[in-house]
Amino acid sequence: MDTIDARGLSCPQPVIMVTRAVVEGKTEFTVLVDSEASFENVTRYLESKKYTCKTEEKDDHTVISASK
Amino acid sequence: MKGNLFKTRMGIITAGSVIGVIAALLAYLGNPKNMGFCIACFERDIAGALGLHRAAVVQYVRPEIIGIIAGALIISLIKGEFKPRGGSSTIIRFFLGVFAMIGALVFLGCPWRAFIRLAGGDWNAILGILGLIVGIGAGSFFIRKGYSLGRSYPQGRAAGYIMPGFFIIVFAMMVFGFSKLFMSESGPGAMKAPFIISIIAGLIVGILAQRSRFCTMGSIRDVILVKDFHLMSGVAAFTAAVFVMNLILGQFKAGFEAQPIAHTMHLWNFLGMTLAGFAFSLAGGCPGRQLILSGEGDTDAGVFVAGMLVGAAFSHNFAMASSGKGIGEFGAWGTIIGLVFCLVIAYTMTQKRKTA
Repeated sequence: MDTIDARGLSCPQPVIMVTRAVVEGKTEFTVLVDSEASFENVTRYLESKKYTCKTEEKDDHTVISASK
Repeated sequence: MKGNLFKTRMGIITAGSVIGVIAALLAYLGNPKNMGFCIACFERDIAGALGLHRAAVVQYVRPEIIGIIAGALIISLIKGEFKPRGGSSTIIRFFLGVFAMIGALVFLGCPWRAFIRLAGGDWNAILGILGLIVGIGAGSFFIRKGYSLGRSYPQGRAAGYIMPGFFIIVFAMMVFGFSKLFMSESGPGAMKAPFIISIIAGLIVGILAQRSRFCTMGSIRDVILVKDFHLMSGVAAFTAAVFVMNLILGQFKAGFEAQPIAHTMHLWNFLGMTLAGFAFSLAGGCPGRQLILSGEGDTDAGVFVAGMLVGAAFSHNFAMASSGKGIGEFGAWGTIIGLVFCLVIAYTMTQKRKTA
């Protein structure tokens, strides 16, 4: 499964990286983010594209598992 | 990550509306006309109070700015979002801040004020907002191509307190009447809402903007890049709220001529904001958002803010800032050099797209 590491990247790059995966038609991938703003932007975008997001908290970042 | 009441569409609209109402009230209570809130202008006033420039009419430690950064600091500490971080092309961000300020002072306002001016009937703002869209469009073009300033990394806690601490200390210097600060006795710098109201307004705006991620530059960028109207709905609510309040308070006056703290040189209103929009989009946030991020411990945003203070000093010391009469003697030069700088940065920091 693909992993998009968006830790430490400022907006809008996390979302742009995710849009590429979505455009490529990937149905299952994970995204690593480490800021609330990125987390909200990425999940808002994925949910608008009908993906289901599951989140898991790690020590210093959050793992978003997207699938559809 | 925890739930956030303000991340919803209603949340951002509420935040935008409240910030708009506060902006109109601040102008009514004494801030310069159509300038209830202007991050660029107010940071310029602070640069003046520190004597970084000696334009005697624009020197004041604006409590709104201190309130915003302190509000963001407090709420991010409470919510566990205070995360000291930095190291993402810091020196580039400093100069993006310098040139963003030079562009903003050619237009005479940050994006917040552009929308406030529009809502006050100052049609010169239309040229500014068009410029903003073009500048952000240029930034978005490079972002889509793979532009990046690189990752930031966690830093020690002390680093995150530097910028909020700096502003709070400057504020304390004014509160305790430190005599070496420069304070305007006339002009826009002497037009101010009551001090207590300004600081409380700033705190409220800082908290709301931190929770909702309110960002004027981001609102336009997200529409261009990903057709996401989330932030735009907040900025639209903000503009509508200022407009309605202006009607109620009798502050609406439509036209191009004789608008408060504005000039009618359309080309430079447009290009000044093109430069500012380009620089903001390359740095990832409008001046308000950069202040909020500084309050959250983002030292790169803090360096951008420092760049804006220095840019304000250059603007006034080198006659690049505009006035009601028009652009400054060297305003055109500053704008053009800034645009070239942004283009070079955008081009050189765009890498071939790597597979994520």
